[in-house]
Amino acid sequence: MALLEVRDLSVEIATSRGTGFAVRGLNFALERGQTLGIVGESGCGKSMTALALMRLVPENARIGGAILFDGEDLAQADEARLCQIRGNRIAMIFQEPMTSLNPVHTIGRQIAEPLMMHRGLDAASARAEAIRLLDRVGIPEARRRVDSWPHQLSGGQRQRAMIAMALSCGPDILLADEPTTALDVTIQRQILTLIGDLVRDSGMSLILISHDLGVIAETVDSTVVMYGGMAVESGPTARVFAGLAHPYTQGLFAARPQLGQGAGKRLATIAGVVPDLVDLPAGCAFAGRCRLAVQACRVAPPAPQDLGLGHSAACLRLDAAREPAA
Amino acid sequence: MTTSGGWLARALRSGNFLIGAALSGTLALTALVSLFWTPKSATAISIPHRLTQPSGEFPLGTDHFGRDVLSMLMVGAQNSILVGVVAVGIGATLGIALGALASARRGWVEEVVMRLTDFSFAFPAILSAIMLTAILGPGTVNSIIAIGIFNIPLFARVTRGSANAIWAREFILAARAAGKGAFRITLEHVLPNIASVLIVQATIQFALAILAEAGLSYLGLGTQPPQPSWGRMLNEAQTMMFLAPRLAVFPGIAIALAVLGLNLLGDGLRDLFDPKLARKR
Amino acid sequence: MLLWTAIHGSHGIAAAIPREPIAVQIAAGAGVSVFLFRRFLTFLGTLVGASVVVFLVLEVLPGDPALIMLGTEAQADTLAALRKKLGLERPPLERYFDWIGGLVTGSLGMSHTYSVPVANLILERLQVTVPLAAMAITLSTALALALGLYAAARHNRPGDYGVMAFAQLGIAIPGFWFAILLVLLFAVVLGWFSAGGFPGWGDGFWPGFKSLILPASALALAQAAILSRVTRSSVLEVMREDYVRTARAKGLTRRRTLIRHVLRNALIPVVTIMGLQLSNLLTGTIIIESVFHLPGLGRLVFQAISQRDLPVVKDVVVLFAAMVVAINFLVDMLYAAIDPRLRLHDD
Repeated sequence: MALLEVRDLSVEIATSRGTGFAVRGLNFALERGQTLGIVGESGCGKSMTALALMRLVPENARIGGAILFDGEDLAQADEARLCQIRGNRIAMIFQEPMTSLNPVHTIGRQIAEPLMMHRGLDAASARAEAIRLLDRVGIPEARRRVDSWPHQLSGGQRQRAMIAMALSCGPDILLADEPTTALDVTIQRQILTLIGDLVRDSGMSLILISHDLGVIAETVDSTVVMYGGMAVESGPTARVFAGLAHPYTQGLFAARPQLGQGAGKRLATIAGVVPDLVDLPAGCAFAGRCRLAVQACRVAPPAPQDLGLGHSAACLRLDAAREPAA
Repeated sequence: MTTSGGWLARALRSGNFLIGAALSGTLALTALVSLFWTPKSATAISIPHRLTQPSGEFPLGTDHFGRDVLSMLMVGAQNSILVGVVAVGIGATLGIALGALASARRGWVEEVVMRLTDFSFAFPAILSAIMLTAILGPGTVNSIIAIGIFNIPLFARVTRGSANAIWAREFILAARAAGKGAFRITLEHVLPNIASVLIVQATIQFALAILAEAGLSYLGLGTQPPQPSWGRMLNEAQTMMFLAPRLAVFPGIAIALAVLGLNLLGDGLRDLFDPKLARKR
Repeated sequence: MLLWTAIHGSHGIAAAIPREPIAVQIAAGAGVSVFLFRRFLTFLGTLVGASVVVFLVLEVLPGDPALIMLGTEAQADTLAALRKKLGLERPPLERYFDWIGGLVTGSLGMSHTYSVPVANLILERLQVTVPLAAMAITLSTALALALGLYAAARHNRPGDYGVMAFAQLGIAIPGFWFAILLVLLFAVVLGWFSAGGFPGWGDGFWPGFKSLILPASALALAQAAILSRVTRSSVLEVMREDYVRTARAKGLTRRRTLIRHVLRNALIPVVTIMGLQLSNLLTGTIIIESVFHLPGLGRLVFQAISQRDLPVVKDVVVLFAAMVVAINFLVDMLYAAIDPRLRLHDD
């Protein structure tokens, strides 16, 4: 049995303009010690998916489907049970290290908090553990830094502190939502390496959410590409990147900035904009921006096509997409 | 964001604005009517009618001098509006001038104005009224002056804060490039752009002025008899509390409704002037 | 921004005060110690300024204070005697420094009507006013925090609307009228409390405390109403912060998140408004002590005016102003206690 199995997950958000479908019919599974990436543009539903796994979606959002964690359906769990799991067995780090730490508590206290709550440690041993964790995530002079306030740390150090906080109870799954987006490029690399090392050492599973294909390609075993709240392509990372089956994945790949790209060459972009989640088209969500779209694409959302070895893509025009672009 | 309908349509949908406008309108109308007509005289003493229960002849009964409570309340509205308008007028005129000056000149002028307003917070309305009446004696005019002085720094601060934001905008730069002086820019560009903030502020200060005047009159430092005022009515009612507790009820309701109406009107106006904010709340 | 506007627009007293956000002042380069030092200088400056204003208004502007105290029908020799007693023949500057020196050393003037040192009067009256203000502050703060948190936790639900309606009413109802209504209900109808007066602390704690319960409630109403609005909007604002989501992701329950992570951050604007409200509460005692016939400082100054006892008026008014200024200074110190970003750190 997989550690985490997500079945037909949906997140519906009630807005003043009607119901928005942030996530629709999402399926994936994650084995213990495995790493999974979710990639897509902003507004594709990837962050909402992460929040749904923690059951921390906004108050006006409703979750459907099943989130089977170790056989237990988190979509049905009550709040008390969820509080036992959050930060303890599933931990999360966020995009904005500058604002994700509470400015009026020392980082040591913030790291010690889950230890005292979930592990029942007393203040002294929680503090000692916090120092060990800060040291582990590469903060120099951890013994002194444990009493620092968040505003005294740099962005990279704050993200390290966030990671220490997430690691504190030795979670089964680490959810990382764009953990490096807000950081300087040089720091991004260090943080990703740190996360990779920690995952390898502790044997926990990782769900990494990013808009950056490069980050996904280097870090995770399997990948889900999301668009319009749905998985348009998924499979082992190597297969997805070798195949680039879905026209959207192709577009995303072509649009990534590359080192050494000629200065005169313009960055490719995907024409059009992400669809409005409140007013989604009846058919394939990408049809409006897809150069290959035909009438059939606009009738109903296409079902995933199995491409073998766990790789699948939800597109009616996979054959046409395989031809090189004119 | 598109807002369906214009200003008026939004006004008609805003509960705060409607209730506030209705209450404030009633207050103004009552004061206006009482200038020409009241059911009975508000000042005529009639001992045979003292402490009459509410009846057809005296809808809210009479006080210990046999005066008609309803008529006194109506005339009292005049007093509240007079004090509110003049005190806010004094505060707004001088306060806006000081605030606009601070914003236009910046530098030490701004520093001096701001320190002065800081300093004036050491003298809340009641305290300055007490000092004034110690020297000049009690009365409507002196309480108006005290409340008006208290209003100056409030307007100065709000004006300076909003005006500074306007001075940083590009169209000011354009006006300066066209060779306009600070005074003209203030009149033509800054003040029109902060008018909505100032109107809201004035509405709320009006409400506070009514509260302050009622307090001063209750203490006997404000409006003097025989001119009826709501605060003074409450003072007199307190001595009759065991005989006629109702006398202590009606003037208080009048004050509370007037203040509530102006506050709601201020809230409603602010929401109308700044729809984005209203939605976020 | 939202918060400021919410505070501003909603009620005027607070609307007045937006001083520079402290964080901005700090960011402007000065360290925290410099910030507090500047605040202290402002505090001293304001005190001196307040004393000058009081002196000018009560001793210099009237021309002849003795004439004001005794009235125009006073005999020439009585007037002359009073002038001599008050030392009015000396130049104003000398009298001002004498007065300030007295204030600093605690030897104040003599009350004209009571013929006792003003210092004794004030000390005696403080025994009523200080407990009264303290009770009102405690009551209003506790009520405001509870109501504000409750309303924020039930945002846009009936509980929230209920608290907001209470706040609108609490702001609109004059404190002294509420006091009269309290007397009507609890003294006249129910007979649980006396309608006024103060038995003193001589008979033990309870009788004195009991006689201050209604006055403190009347004083607390408006403060509680304003502060609960501020608390609510501040809590709502903080609840949208990322670190609140972090706390929930750590497994904290809603309640625990609210208490451990939201409340302290939300307190920063609440304390600002509280400082400003306290000065209103303090001057509110002048009216409320009159309603309940309490022998406090407020009633002292009020009676002194009716009796034209200028030495008492002068000293008590400057004392009130000093208390208002001191409270605002203390509030600035409180910030540093709440917000570590304002504390001194060298690194």
